[in-house]
Amino acid sequence: MAKGTVEIVVERCKACGFCVEFCPTKVLALSSAFNAKGYHTPYMVHPEKCSGCDLCGMYCPDFAIFGHKQPVAAKETAAAAPPPAVSEAKEEQDAR
Amino acid sequence: MHAEAAGVMTGTHFLDGDHACCEGALAAGARFSAGYPITPSTEVVERFASRVPTVGGTFIQMEDELAASIAIQGAVWGGAKAFTVTSGPGFSLMMEHIGLAVMTETPCVFVDVQRGGPSTGLPTLPAQADMMQVRWGSHGDYEVIALCPNSPQECFDLTVTAFNYAEQYRCPVFVMMDEVVGHMTEKVVIPAPEQIEVTPRRYTTIPPGEFLAFHPGEDLVPDMPRTGEGYNVHVTGLTHDERGYPDMTPAMQDKLVRRLVDKIKKNADKIILYEEDQIDGADVVVLSYGITSRVAQRAIDMARKKGLKVGKFRLITAWPFPEKKIAEIAGKVKAFVVAELNLGQMVREVERAVAGKATVRFVGHAGGSVHRPEDILQAILEVAR
Amino acid sequence: MSDLTELTAHNPVEQFLRMDRIPHIWCPGCGIGTSVNSFAHALIDAKIDTKNLAIVSGIGCTGRVAGYVNQDSFHTTHGRAIPFATGLKLANPKLNVVVYSGDGDLFAIGGNHLIHAARRNVDIKVVCINNLIYAMTGGQTAPTTPGDVVTSTNPYGTYDPSFNLPYLVEAAGAVYVARWTAFHVRQLARSMQEMFAKKGFSFIEVLSPCPTLYQRRNKMGDGLDTMKFYKEVSKVRNGALTKDVALTKSGEITVGKFVDRERSDYRDLMHDQLFESLGDDYVETEACSCQ
Repeated sequence: MAKGTVEIVVERCKACGFCVEFCPTKVLALSSAFNAKGYHTPYMVHPEKCSGCDLCGMYCPDFAIFGHKQPVAAKETAAAAPPPAVSEAKEEQDAR
Repeated sequence: MHAEAAGVMTGTHFLDGDHACCEGALAAGARFSAGYPITPSTEVVERFASRVPTVGGTFIQMEDELAASIAIQGAVWGGAKAFTVTSGPGFSLMMEHIGLAVMTETPCVFVDVQRGGPSTGLPTLPAQADMMQVRWGSHGDYEVIALCPNSPQECFDLTVTAFNYAEQYRCPVFVMMDEVVGHMTEKVVIPAPEQIEVTPRRYTTIPPGEFLAFHPGEDLVPDMPRTGEGYNVHVTGLTHDERGYPDMTPAMQDKLVRRLVDKIKKNADKIILYEEDQIDGADVVVLSYGITSRVAQRAIDMARKKGLKVGKFRLITAWPFPEKKIAEIAGKVKAFVVAELNLGQMVREVERAVAGKATVRFVGHAGGSVHRPEDILQAILEVAR
Repeated sequence: MSDLTELTAHNPVEQFLRMDRIPHIWCPGCGIGTSVNSFAHALIDAKIDTKNLAIVSGIGCTGRVAGYVNQDSFHTTHGRAIPFATGLKLANPKLNVVVYSGDGDLFAIGGNHLIHAARRNVDIKVVCINNLIYAMTGGQTAPTTPGDVVTSTNPYGTYDPSFNLPYLVEAAGAVYVARWTAFHVRQLARSMQEMFAKKGFSFIEVLSPCPTLYQRRNKMGDGLDTMKFYKEVSKVRNGALTKDVALTKSGEITVGKFVDRERSDYRDLMHDQLFESLGDDYVETEACSCQ
């Protein structure tokens, strides 16, 4: 279980790439999914490497992501799972 | 509420208009001023600099009028009653911040001791040529309240009135003096604090979280939040909604700007002040304000001695202009004589209100000296024929 | 991915923001948001009582900060945030007054006010986001724009010499002068924290990308490219002489804390002088409040 995880507010992201670039353990990547504004938002491609340092959160100009330490007894969160494929993500967005 | 005793120099004094104006500000509760030296206004703040440390407050001489005109607004939002003073060239520099005060509904007082212009003009000599500038000088649509004292006593009284109007209507209010009123020395009676009515700041009683900073009351004026008390107020010069948040749409522009204008227009009857004498039955009415009204009085007396029926109308508030009253008088008289120290400013308002129902005769010059009574008398004689 | 309802924790910076106005207007890759992020972290770390915090800004992209922070905030006129802040602070000294504005606003139209406030050592904290351009109005030359770059008012390349902001501000009298870039998120937050604890005119310059105008017109890449550039060419030199920290188009960026000194602040100077001259006649007030 990773020490940390991130929360991403997808609709706020403008895909600047800061979080992806400056994560010290390269946890994040820009997904092929995109938000309502058309930005490719980040996801945890290596969730197991997340330390919860929140450097991603500190860099984000849009307050769209932040990292935190996992509570010790927490189960695997949805954020740790790989992203759905593009079509699935679109369905998800349409449903919102 | 009554004036705070610390700021009231009760007694009978021999003061010039500039000094009396400063005492009026102190009596009204002003405890902050930011200024920049400019003849013939400087004495107002020089006195304030000397007085306020013994009353309790701050004066700061800023680096220019742009700074002074906004520093006072910062002080207002910090909780003080604040004012600045200037003359023509400085007044021109303050125009943008007059608009800011209008837009953010910041109560504050600007004193313009008018001198010959345009540009550097005649720094030590009078004029009354900023009267349209005070009304229209900043960009955009807005209304102003402007008062014209004609004596050092009125410099005291009307400065108190200016502060009261500013708090009541949450707007900048102007005291339009001129170099002669500013520098003439006369008896000024300053009453006891209990006899001076001072309008308190309309702070809201609604707690933070529930309070909408720019939601107007019945009189179209919103109550004010206190800074530093958790209201998290946002004050912006951008067109904004009732929360104070920018909302730059035509609909909000119309709603907000109309309210800012109506705030003064619809309350005009409560704001307008004038002095009239022997209007009923008059053939000619002499309209004037400020120092010119002192000369006009002499001309009126001379005309009455000749048997003419001459009425006097003195603007105390130049803005809002008493158009309803002037229109009413226009229906009953033959002519107006408008005397002012400029080449035609308030006379345009008279003409507009008279709407052709009577003759309007202008007596003015570009400034530098007060009128001669004979010039005004001559005009009265000519239109009375 | 998650939406707001599914978040297992909330970003602690959100308490300092007007979340009802987010997303903000700043472009993708703009560093202003990052600086506000650092600011929020500094507020948390410094345990600032934000009830007493007042933010004053001018006009421009950075000027919009006032509208996004959830404190008493004042979005004033172009170049005049500092005199407004001076009035606010002098009338109500218990307020912690921060001026948050851009390079054009603070140093071109606002330059005169800046140097006088620094001269007086008014106790206000100035955060200057320097994106080397007038961004909001479409990318015109600023007094900080380096030479030989293209702007909308220098379409053939700039030739105006540009200001060295830390040098200018130190010379004017500031007691705290630092420069960081939007890349230096942790150091920036720490500097901001130090600034809150400092009494007197304090100044932090934050270099930021303007990907839409400055970088794009000069084919310097996007915001991320600029952040990587900052990482590559910045050298931390705490205590460096400010006369040596001028910026050029692509040369070394000296960052760090350059000045941290003691001077009586304006209010102390005023009180001391008035007390000395007036003695018991001096009525010292905590604030200038009307009621």
